Amino acid sequence: MIVAEWKKIPEIKQMLAGCSRVLVVGCDGCVKVCLTGGERETDTMAAALRMAFRVDGNRLETKQITIKRQCDDEFIDPIISMADDCDAVLSMACGVGVQLMAERFDVPVLPAQNTTFLGVLNEKDVFVEECLGCGLCELGQFGAICPVTRCSKNLLNGPCGGSSEGKCEIDPDIDCAWQQIYDRLKKLGKLDQLAAFVPPKDWTTSRDGGPRKIVREDIKLEKR
Amino acid sequence: MNNCKIVAYCCHNSLYEGVDSSQSALTYPPYMKVVELPCSGKIDALYLLKAFEAGADGVMVVGCSEGDCHYLEGNLRARKRVEVTKELLKEIGIELERLEMFNFKAATDDFGQICRTMFETVQALGPSPIKNKETGAG
Repeated sequence: MIVAEWKKIPEIKQMLAGCSRVLVVGCDGCVKVCLTGGERETDTMAAALRMAFRVDGNRLETKQITIKRQCDDEFIDPIISMADDCDAVLSMACGVGVQLMAERFDVPVLPAQNTTFLGVLNEKDVFVEECLGCGLCELGQFGAICPVTRCSKNLLNGPCGGSSEGKCEIDPDIDCAWQQIYDRLKKLGKLDQLAAFVPPKDWTTSRDGGPRKIVREDIKLEKR
Repeated sequence: MNNCKIVAYCCHNSLYEGVDSSQSALTYPPYMKVVELPCSGKIDALYLLKAFEAGADGVMVVGCSEGDCHYLEGNLRARKRVEVTKELLKEIGIELERLEMFNFKAATDDFGQICRTMFETVQALGPSPIKNKETGAG
């Protein structure tokens, strides 16, 4: 999922300066799962902002709604009229949701969160990054543990000399991805995969050439 | 400070444990509004902010003493949520001391004393910064 975290209230307050009525929109997608942008968190954010405005002697009215996803316009369109009497829309979604919302609304759409990474809830309270979205997945070769993302040095032929007792030399709190790859492949009985040399990564599938897009001719409908 | 208001979110099991139904009902100081929860672990930031927004000068959460939670770790979760909400209050511009978590054991602790401790803290701070200012309807 996409993991995000709240911006600080003063930063959001500054973005909303001059506004008296705001539509706060939550997202029931990834940000709900990472406990920052679902219905509960949207109500909490709205209450926090109303109070922050009142501390300054100002008044902020809020309306809240949480939609299934903000990265799909079919869920956005039914709520567009809710912003008719609002000065701005505050999106609790990831950066994708904020941008698509901004295309649909006529008032400014502002981000309430910093979108951080693609990750998972590793322990009860730790979200960790597990995918860089590089565009060329080679997980099959590494026991489904991504060295591009999870090795601090992005090594494809690891480990480096800084791996010690399963931890990374840059931070003892970071697991050495190559130790994990070794352990996984050993468990699967496929340690021989590590004998193969992995050539330098082809980064042209990543940010090379600007924003990426995928054209799906099979789902495209011809305009009549 | 006149008209001081304190909201206390209290765990049913800690506050009422040992109070026999035949005994007179617990009485609270006039400034105290008690909201009973099935467990202090039910608390979250929204409950706490709503109390402040509704005009509370102080908010306290009363849970079982550590190790005594009927749901094992509800009181531990409550304390963590209170700590996180304190950070949020700081960003909002409200003094952290207006929010406090207490662990309470009915058999040995005095609820009245906890109320007085919180009252004195809130009295010293004065009215909530958002009180008597414009009402923000949500």
